[in-house]
Amino acid sequence: MKFVDEYRDPQLAERLVTTLHETVTRPWTVMEVCGGQTHTLVRSGIDRMIPETFTLVHGPGCPVCVTPLEMIDRALEIAARPEVTFCSFGDMLRVPGTARDLLRVRADGGDVRVVYSPLDAVTLAEKYPDREVVFFAVGFETTAPATALAVSHARRRGLSNFSMLVSHVLVRPAMEMILAAPQNRVQGFLAAGHVCTVMGYEGYHDLAAKYRVPIVVTGFEPVDLLDGLLMLAKQLEAGRNDVENQYARSVSREGNRHAQAAIAEVYEICDRPWRGLGVLPMSGLRLRPAYYDMDAERRFPSAAPASIEPAECRSGEVLVGLLRPDQCEAFGTRCTPEHPLGAPMVSSEGACAAYWKYGRLPSAQTSEPG
Amino acid sequence: MNLPLFCPIPISDPERIQLAHGEGARLTRRLIREELLAAFSNPFLAPLADAATLPDLGGRLVMTTDSSVVSPLFFPGGDIGSLAIHGAINDLAVSGAEPMYLSVALILEEGLPMETLRRVIRSMKDAAQACGVSIVTGDTKVVPHGEADQLFICTTGIGRLRPGADLGAHRVRPGDRILVSGTLGDHGLAILGSREGLEFGDQLCSDSAPLHHLIAVLLSSGANVRFMRDATRGGVAAVLHELVEQSGLTARLYETALPVSPAARGACELLGLDPLHIANEGKLVAVVAEESADAAVAILQSHPLGIHAAVIGEATSALPPQVLITNPFGQLRVIDEPSGAPLPRIC
Repeated sequence: MKFVDEYRDPQLAERLVTTLHETVTRPWTVMEVCGGQTHTLVRSGIDRMIPETFTLVHGPGCPVCVTPLEMIDRALEIAARPEVTFCSFGDMLRVPGTARDLLRVRADGGDVRVVYSPLDAVTLAEKYPDREVVFFAVGFETTAPATALAVSHARRRGLSNFSMLVSHVLVRPAMEMILAAPQNRVQGFLAAGHVCTVMGYEGYHDLAAKYRVPIVVTGFEPVDLLDGLLMLAKQLEAGRNDVENQYARSVSREGNRHAQAAIAEVYEICDRPWRGLGVLPMSGLRLRPAYYDMDAERRFPSAAPASIEPAECRSGEVLVGLLRPDQCEAFGTRCTPEHPLGAPMVSSEGACAAYWKYGRLPSAQTSEPG
Repeated sequence: MNLPLFCPIPISDPERIQLAHGEGARLTRRLIREELLAAFSNPFLAPLADAATLPDLGGRLVMTTDSSVVSPLFFPGGDIGSLAIHGAINDLAVSGAEPMYLSVALILEEGLPMETLRRVIRSMKDAAQACGVSIVTGDTKVVPHGEADQLFICTTGIGRLRPGADLGAHRVRPGDRILVSGTLGDHGLAILGSREGLEFGDQLCSDSAPLHHLIAVLLSSGANVRFMRDATRGGVAAVLHELVEQSGLTARLYETALPVSPAARGACELLGLDPLHIANEGKLVAVVAEESADAAVAILQSHPLGIHAAVIGEATSALPPQVLITNPFGQLRVIDEPSGAPLPRIC
């Protein structure tokens, strides 16, 4: 398959692994920011192919995972209203709220639907004028242009029965929070290629300079990731802290201006709570005042008490790379995909889900015996 | 309180299913005679008795039952009617039986267009005929509008166990090879595509097909077949998890050996799905003794339903009992049991 197979070429991967082993002379700890990258790393076994002293820690780039419990509970409350048709990306359905999840709301009679595009929700609103159609807008800068377009479309079509529950977050403030933390171990970043496709990477230069960390914008296929890790290793070994672009086939320095304009038209930057991390200043997007009428939080005021995140779920530590999923005492015992304590176990980009799906191998059997 | 008196005029649209079609009276008899008996006609069904009396089948009997609730009713490569027949046939065939007789129970939603029902009946008739089995008894019920989604079918099948057939996880030994009869994931992806309006190109069709002939050829070839399943809901992964649980062995697969069509692969890439987890409706998973494996693959490949047959892995005792796969980079990973179907009502 074109644009896929060439980035999964075992021979090329092997050459990159060999070069990486030759390049790395000291212990380093680097973080891949995006949950999609985490899944490729664990699925392809790259984490077991690279030098032992080259430590990978998994970052906060799983939008479903970082959506705080209070927002999940708001979603569940709105989705349960009889007049509401609640639309979401499929990932969100099994994320546990305080008492239940969206699948349970649906089983209890709520009209909860999985859509593949926010525009599908707008179409539903047009088709069912008697229903209140609410879209759960989660994600980083990658999904924000599409949700912004949905709002613009709904406005242009004069739909009064469409609204969005907005929980968008921004990658850069999370990276900075990790670097600024006193217990930080991260010495270099693989930046999330898709976020940079939209936003470009100019914004990373000051981060790299301020915290003296190299940042390599990286794609999502095994060869991309090995290439990105090698670029990072070369910088670390040489004592450089530049911003480099491994994912040039998709990412340009300035990013996608049209997508950025779509975001800016509809959203403004705000403080936002992250699961396990608390409120990060200027780390989220909310609707601009001109679109308040489409803000589901305003349209459906909450009657529920404040949500309290379960103490047993250590997703906050997992999301900033302080804890590996399989180091959590609840992993695989009290926390499984069937009975998750937190979102990282059930989101398709969650680090805990990646370890559950691909990583549960006894250490002696990580590669082919004999 | 005075209520106005009125007598509702019965609306009877002859081209739609009405509750009366299920009430056992004139309309029921007409439905059975004109639609079902006419299509399925055979000497066992003809008396329209409460049960079919079958001849002595001369051997051990194998029986299976299956319900079909797929949505949409018609999809690329098949429909609920043929799917219901193939499902029962395949369950019998992988158990080592020759399928012989079927029963069909229909649950119809009030308001179902008669033409839809006729299309489904025609499809069942054609499928049963093509498989050489007779539909010997049946039942029809109608539920009020909204209490079922158009049409559900329950099929029960009876077959005769092939002499000497001994299949099961208990027979699987370390070193045995794991085979599939063709490309994986086509049915589930075709349903997903047609339900969600996703365009994957024309190539994505359900693989719904009866496997009894393919299996007969394989079994009569003398290949040492130990275990067979048709990989429906949960895909090949679900079958292998069952095998691992029952045999205590490990199923080790090779990612590069999995037959997946380009269209299915593209769809899986796009949607983040694993072809091993996706339902098939015409694919056999067989475990065959090591020395029989090459011959078994050749036999399967010589049959129109097995062109893409391949050895995809082996049973081994060298690892803890799990389903494992070696990826193209030589790394092992666990294939999890599918948890929470990616899509309900696929069959």
